[in-house]
Amino acid sequence: MDFTLDKKYEMAQNLFKDFAQNEVKPLAQEIDEEHRFPRETVDKMAKYGFLGIPVPKELGGQGCDILTYAMCVEELSKVCGTTGVIVSAHTSLCVDPIVTYGTPEQKAKYVPDLASGKKLGAFGLTEPGAGTDAQGQQTKAVLDEATGEWILNGSKCFITNGKEADVYIVIAVTGVVEKRGRKMKEISAFIVEKGTPGFSFGTKENKMGICASSTYELIFTDCRIPKENLLGQKGKGFSIAMHTLDGGRIGIAAQALGIAEGALETTINYVKERKQFGRSIAQFQNTQFQLADMATKVEAARLLVYKAARKKDEYQAGAKVSYSVEAAMAKLYAAEVAMEVTTKCVQLHGGYGYIKEYDVERMMRDAKITEIYEGTSEVQRMVISANILN
Amino acid sequence: MKIIVCIKQVPDTKGGVKFNPDGTLDRGAMLTIMNPDDKAGLEAALRIKDATGAEVTVITMGLPKAADVLQEAIAMGADKGVLVTDRVLGGADTWATSTTLAGALRKLDYDLIITGRQAIDGDTAQVGPQIAEHLGLPVISYAQEIKVDGDSVVVKRVYDDGYHMVKAKMPCLITALSELNEPRYMTPGGIFDAVNAEITTFGRADLVDVDDSDLGLKGSPTKIARASDKVRKGAGEKIVAESPEDGVNYIVGKLLDKHVI
Repeated sequence: MDFTLDKKYEMAQNLFKDFAQNEVKPLAQEIDEEHRFPRETVDKMAKYGFLGIPVPKELGGQGCDILTYAMCVEELSKVCGTTGVIVSAHTSLCVDPIVTYGTPEQKAKYVPDLASGKKLGAFGLTEPGAGTDAQGQQTKAVLDEATGEWILNGSKCFITNGKEADVYIVIAVTGVVEKRGRKMKEISAFIVEKGTPGFSFGTKENKMGICASSTYELIFTDCRIPKENLLGQKGKGFSIAMHTLDGGRIGIAAQALGIAEGALETTINYVKERKQFGRSIAQFQNTQFQLADMATKVEAARLLVYKAARKKDEYQAGAKVSYSVEAAMAKLYAAEVAMEVTTKCVQLHGGYGYIKEYDVERMMRDAKITEIYEGTSEVQRMVISANILN
Repeated sequence: MKIIVCIKQVPDTKGGVKFNPDGTLDRGAMLTIMNPDDKAGLEAALRIKDATGAEVTVITMGLPKAADVLQEAIAMGADKGVLVTDRVLGGADTWATSTTLAGALRKLDYDLIITGRQAIDGDTAQVGPQIAEHLGLPVISYAQEIKVDGDSVVVKRVYDDGYHMVKAKMPCLITALSELNEPRYMTPGGIFDAVNAEITTFGRADLVDVDDSDLGLKGSPTKIARASDKVRKGAGEKIVAESPEDGVNYIVGKLLDKHVI
């Protein structure tokens, strides 16, 4: 067992750090306040291949791996949680399922543009009545035998990269099947392009955190998509969605880790400078012990996130392993650490921590969503405990 | 077209400068970066590559660890890396360094050589022009713009109070200013390729037409008499003057007292 990073990961970390400091940090506060999607940052990330990190070179990607991708999301999120999730949702929730389940034609058509960042991706599973209960899907896709097109009707909500994306993975009900004597919805996955007639956007969500992320409702009204845009086999949509979310959780875990690290770094600098009772507050044992606890938890979160990423890398290299539990543990722990650490960091900042001028205020708001999206902490506990009890 | 860019691994002064007890730089204790002027030179070469498909080779002289900076350059888009390293080359000043690099460059093909204007650890600005002299090439220093025009380069050479547009036929050597451009980042895929890229290593035996007496510490005419860190001289004196004029008079008086002016 070796906990040191190979040189390529060290170099990649340095690259992401430099990029985050120079290109992302200067905009973080502004885009948060203006609720403005950072298109200019996305264009820069596209230029440097950040939108196709784990994608094979033959599909126009960088040919790196999940660990490198997780490090990218981590470093971006250290300074801006929004920028982290843009990359995560695009890579894990849109590009990954097409690479994993797409036909050669679908891969050739969609992946190179997505991996190069010419196009941005999104994923639509959640509906007003189907959150954690993903089986409660209402969006329907009916095949029009005459034209060979699927007709989509319904809506998806809380969709990250919502209005800014070009390619969407959409989960919809395609029929009813009997399983062990029970009637169940048959669920399938589709690739839907922006601009398809019948596909429109609903309200933009006004959120607590990750305010610059484009979170929209997707509305499908007799939206006709070509037959060949069915992703994977008909009826396999639920398992495609769950498998996709397993990978997505590594991205969100990395985002949560980054937010926690960012808050901790900022606070370490702050407590050294902030003086009360004639000395820096870093000299008080309360501060020291809190920092020690936080640093320990952040380190534990990092190990879980990197381990989950490594496990997915093994899976992608052909090993017969599952990374579902590791991803769930990483996300559960990193998200809860992010919430705890950012809350304590605000507290250590005192009144200043409550002021928007200070980064920790934004980081605490950004941290909360990591306990909710791509499977709440409760869902992660269900995944983990189901595995233990089996 | 073949371009060779000479780059140097230098201490990252942002992290603070550390010295050994004998006054020499404690390079092991400092983070390193690619010298900023050299990085701009590399970016200029990579832009020529983007436009014309030129081949870009980076070369550096230093300890084996200096290969890091070659890998960074390859991760940015350079095609090949050459590391010139040998125990006998250690302790080189600008003369010995330029002699060494010229000896290595004689072994390589090039149409254009680009160096940085100067390195932030020495600030001499001598190595580039000296290499040109050794190789008998025209040199254009302080380049703020570089354009390739057929078999020539057209360079905007910057001075304090203006600039010259200079045209030179290749092969020639250009020294680049960090103001030349905004260097690109590495790419993740470039990094993965770079760590597996083969770096060519040259030792003393690979250097062409150089004399041992011009190499390393013993081939260096420059001798450092003394090196010292900047020492803080206490908190200084804060004055609150009644008017700006009073303040100026007080400061000028002090400077006169101390024979600074």
